[in-house]
Amino acid sequence: MTRADAMGALIAFLARLITGAQGHWNGCAPKAEQRIYFANHQSHFDWVLIWAALPRELRARTRPIAARDYWTATPFKHWLTREVFNAVYVSRQRSDDQDPLEPLAAALAAGDSLVIFPEGTRSNKGLPQPFKTGLYHLAEDFPEVPLVPVWIANVQRVMPKGEVVPVPLLCTATFGEPLHLAAGEDKRAFLERAREAVLSCRPAGT
Amino acid sequence: MNHLRSLSVEQQVGLLFVALFGALLLYSVAFFVRDVRASHTSDQSSEADPQAHERSKLALRDLRALWLGSGIFWLSWVSGALGATLLFAVLSFISLREFLSLTHTRRADHRSLLLAFFAVLPLQYLTVGTRHFDLFTVLIPVYAFLALPVVSALADDPRSFLERSAKIQWGIMVCVYGLSHAPALLLLEFRNHEGRGAFLVFFVVAVVALTQLVQEQASRRLRRRPVARHIDRSFSMRAFGLGLGAGGLLGAALYWITPFRPEQALIAALIAAGSGTLGELVMRALKKDAGVKTWGNAPSVTGAVGLLDRIAPLCFAAPVFFHTVRWYFKV
Repeated sequence: MTRADAMGALIAFLARLITGAQGHWNGCAPKAEQRIYFANHQSHFDWVLIWAALPRELRARTRPIAARDYWTATPFKHWLTREVFNAVYVSRQRSDDQDPLEPLAAALAAGDSLVIFPEGTRSNKGLPQPFKTGLYHLAEDFPEVPLVPVWIANVQRVMPKGEVVPVPLLCTATFGEPLHLAAGEDKRAFLERAREAVLSCRPAGT
Repeated sequence: MNHLRSLSVEQQVGLLFVALFGALLLYSVAFFVRDVRASHTSDQSSEADPQAHERSKLALRDLRALWLGSGIFWLSWVSGALGATLLFAVLSFISLREFLSLTHTRRADHRSLLLAFFAVLPLQYLTVGTRHFDLFTVLIPVYAFLALPVVSALADDPRSFLERSAKIQWGIMVCVYGLSHAPALLLLEFRNHEGRGAFLVFFVVAVVALTQLVQEQASRRLRRRPVARHIDRSFSMRAFGLGLGAGGLLGAALYWITPFRPEQALIAALIAAGSGTLGELVMRALKKDAGVKTWGNAPSVTGAVGLLDRIAPLCFAAPVFFHTVRWYFKV
């Protein structure tokens, strides 16, 4: 076991201790196939929760997206995202000659699964904001990869924006039925459908 | 009985556990034999009864819980004051997490939730473990009662303030204060009864468990009108009375393992049985309010276990029993 593996096991253990990190596979089973998971985004903890809710065998090939400028700033952050989480780095500064989705497309072409938060930023209004178009372009370029909607419940209560210490409360990640881009589907209609799919994973009573 | 009295305390406690696990083992074997036979016959008859299958699954879950409970009880005994306190502190932590996950708190409560989990809970168990019983009975109702809302108020958010503070206070009263009385019973020292706290815990748990069992069976057989149909469709006064009677009789029959005389044991058992079942009714009302059937996440893959469903009666019975006994016997 390498140091990165040990760190990963420790983080998953802590996430389970604090939040339970339960995965509810309502719409599909946890399977070793290439997938794009897309979820609502309320806290920095979201990624860790999805990751801890996945079976261990799937974790290594399921990768998050990390902002290059922030997550490579210190050696530790860089090590954590590169070695433990195997993150895909994207630049937040948009340059004219480069497609911002290119690193994601490269990861998908290599056969890895991705976890993306199509709102683009953390929201704490309860309902997710309109989705950014990146999801549509990925669905267009990789039509054979199933898109799995995920609703993450309760995480914003564990660690609200600006707090450091997490409160132990149970959180769940509910995985819904996979969807695909329909032939000739309009961009806006697809993004709205994807957002509805995430919302429909929401467990009753939350 | 005289022969039993002549044994040392250690031997008596050991005997208690041998009897407990022996009975459990017998029951489990009987259960599995019946289950195998039932599945055998249902294979022969063309269609298996899904309801029977569901029932046997529930029974298996209860059996597992029974083993788990007995195991915890034994562990808390062999590990002594420190172990028992730690063990129940962990149980408190898990059940408080379940309780607060289903209550609506706001962002401003973050600090007070931290205080509840990481200061009040450990302090409460620290006072139990060190046998500071006078401090332990007032720590949460007096000091935490002030401290938690103060921390919430400092976060400057008045929206539904009373509701939020009340819910947090309720959560720690049930899951921390109530449950911490179980190790306190283990550590309570009666005159001429030193080192036999395990018997008191066993007494309370056995009485409460039998009461619930009898009440459940009675309400299934009798089909009386429920007293509060919107909260619990099976709770009727007749069934409650029958359960209480059974619990009381069991308590009186068990008087020789406690420091009580038979009639005192009867009354103590009635108190424990009554507060346990009524506490369970209250927890049902809370669950209905929160819109869930169980505290655990029923379709869970990992994590939440629904611990609070199992220990809720104890959370109410233990403190009432503890304080009644302590007041009456002046220990």
